[in-house]
Amino acid sequence: MDALDLARWQFGVTTVYHFLFVPLTIGLGVFVAGLQTAWHRTGKEHYLRLTKFFGKLFLINFAMGVVTGIVQEFQFGMNWSEYSTFVGDVFGAPLAMEALLAFFMESTFLGLWIFGWDRLPKRVHLACIWAAAIGSNLSAYFILAANAWMKHPVGYEVVDGRARMTDLWAVLTNSTALAQVPHVIGAAFIVAGGFVLAVSCWWLLRTRDGMWRGAARAALVMTAVAGLVVAGSGDLSGKLAYEQQPMKLASAEGLERDTAGAGFTLVPGIEIPKVLSFLSTGDLDATVQGTEDIQRRLEERFGPGDYRPDQSVVFWSYRVMLAFGLSTVGLSVLGLWLTRRRRPMPRLLARLFVLALPLPLLAVIAGWLLSEVGRQPWTVAGELLTAASVSPGVSLTEVALSLTLFTLLYGGLAVAEAVLLVRHVRKGPEEPAPAEVPAERLEPSLMY
Amino acid sequence: MIDLWFLVIAFLWTGYFVLEGFDFGVGMLAPFVGGDDDEQRQSLQTIGPVWDGNEVWLITAVGAMFAAFPAWYSGLLSSFYLPVVLVLAGLIVRGVGLEWRGKVANPAWCDLGIVVGSALPAFLWGAIFADLLLDGALPALLGGAFTLALSLLHGAVFLALRTEGRVRRRARVAALATGAAALPLAVVALSTLASVSGAATVPALAAMAALAAAAALIWRRREGWAFTATAAGIALTSAAVFLRLKEAPLPGLTLAEAASAPYTLTMLTWIGLITLPFVLAYQAWTYWVFRKRVALPR
Repeated sequence: MDALDLARWQFGVTTVYHFLFVPLTIGLGVFVAGLQTAWHRTGKEHYLRLTKFFGKLFLINFAMGVVTGIVQEFQFGMNWSEYSTFVGDVFGAPLAMEALLAFFMESTFLGLWIFGWDRLPKRVHLACIWAAAIGSNLSAYFILAANAWMKHPVGYEVVDGRARMTDLWAVLTNSTALAQVPHVIGAAFIVAGGFVLAVSCWWLLRTRDGMWRGAARAALVMTAVAGLVVAGSGDLSGKLAYEQQPMKLASAEGLERDTAGAGFTLVPGIEIPKVLSFLSTGDLDATVQGTEDIQRRLEERFGPGDYRPDQSVVFWSYRVMLAFGLSTVGLSVLGLWLTRRRRPMPRLLARLFVLALPLPLLAVIAGWLLSEVGRQPWTVAGELLTAASVSPGVSLTEVALSLTLFTLLYGGLAVAEAVLLVRHVRKGPEEPAPAEVPAERLEPSLMY
Repeated sequence: MIDLWFLVIAFLWTGYFVLEGFDFGVGMLAPFVGGDDDEQRQSLQTIGPVWDGNEVWLITAVGAMFAAFPAWYSGLLSSFYLPVVLVLAGLIVRGVGLEWRGKVANPAWCDLGIVVGSALPAFLWGAIFADLLLDGALPALLGGAFTLALSLLHGAVFLALRTEGRVRRRARVAALATGAAALPLAVVALSTLASVSGAATVPALAAMAALAAAAALIWRRREGWAFTATAAGIALTSAAVFLRLKEAPLPGLTLAEAASAPYTLTMLTWIGLITLPFVLAYQAWTYWVFRKRVALPR
């Protein structure tokens, strides 16, 4: 175990942890904005109650996404100074844009939304939650553009041992990023949809209040539509990986040799013939490269070394992602069918949706493992190895201390957040305020 | 172009210190100027709508360093590894504490998080920059103590400016007390800085004058002007620090060596020119929306 291993563990732990909260922020923000819009348009009381209810859950989660995100931005410089110095010229630009264009908007307008209920005109207040939600989604675009560049670097040249940007537009319209953005944002909406669905079904099992059926239906639509987007963009990502990241594709399939008309391995031993070639290229007989043959070619190009990522992690995370992601979407399509035309939600299905809460989260974690473990041993594909990216001056003890501190802190906070969310779900929405008091007369409430 | 981007980064850090300076101060003081839970919430309400936006100044400053001066960004963060880890830990517990405080059964844990999470970065940023400029444990300790006291003073003045009733009166007393600690620390810390750097002398002296003026103004209950003076004191201190850093952002590193290529800096300039006016405008609007003093609900 050396500083490099621990730095990698730290990046994995803090990133996966960060991404437990981010998808809920991205998807739930838009959902809450939608609810408030519905209230604004129809004036129906229950939309307002739902807005405030899910808004509170959104805020409990939002805090965690923000504070764990700061760690990410600092971590590149702390643990990966060689990487940062090499890529900063290119990689730093989308990060700076993320802060300027997305984070300021998200945080400022969310502050206005939380505290502005009785200060702002209704339309302006509604615009604030939309601005915050759009900010969250924009931030995903910029960070994914940066992330995609690591896997498929474009718009740069290497001068004096440092990458130099030659084309910002190419970096921002990287094909890898354009396929990844809908995939990740779609997945975020599935996570949020699954969350709203689980909460609404939990209440459906306990009350007869019609608003929970409405919320569940909205979540089902969101999950099903997002499922289409994720499947489509996932297919596109696979085809791009065929061209851009053949080693990742081969590892995800456990394909060792270059094969024409390659089959798709469901689980080891069960293979559907020709499907991999078809999924990768649209041609049943196309040749898909295998790990051992790619390894040989990479050694010829870059010299001796092992250029294969951890095979079992990549292989299994791909299957976990597919299985859990598809089952969530499948369940929601089933739910849409069974609740069509005012049919009530079957109790068994409602129970199933409550239990299915962790599925989409596990799918996105597996997706990130596939994406980033599959990129190894490179931090920048073909340009910089992970082993050469780590901070030379940072000691094993320092990384061990910070890893321990973050892990303990994160563990404690995860438990606290779960407890807090459960408590507020159980508490349910607040009863509507008595109608005779006009909102302007109410004293400003203390939010903290 | 390199000078321009150094100026932008200095501006972003300065904005961060001025804005989050009072957030930190309010966070540390809230349990002490609030006699009961309502008054404590009244205090935290003053920073509620803005603290997260203020923190983005840090994220932007660091992101801009990453993009414009990658070697400076990575050298600074990796050489001050453990202090930066503690800053991050502080920001985590503070942010979570603030957002969760009104939603948990027992807010004592959140209060602890807010106080410790405000004190840690307030102390550590001063310690990190003092160690970077003057190299040594004693200057680091002094720098940390100075920024801690400065945040407390700035936060107390902000509270006095933004609240009504008992909290406002207690905040004034707190401002006088922390001012009494901050002034001598300011004199020692800033004159040490001025003694090693000719360029930093003028802003350092001006910062001392601004802080002295702040103490006098809060004594005379001119809260708005006192806040302007503490903000100026922090901005001038930051200016002194960055004038010194311009000569050598890190030991053995020049700005030109650390900088990104002209193409990147040009692109960043356009992005900054287009977006920053909007950011400044809507952040200013937030302060305008919440300009009324925070009162206790009757």
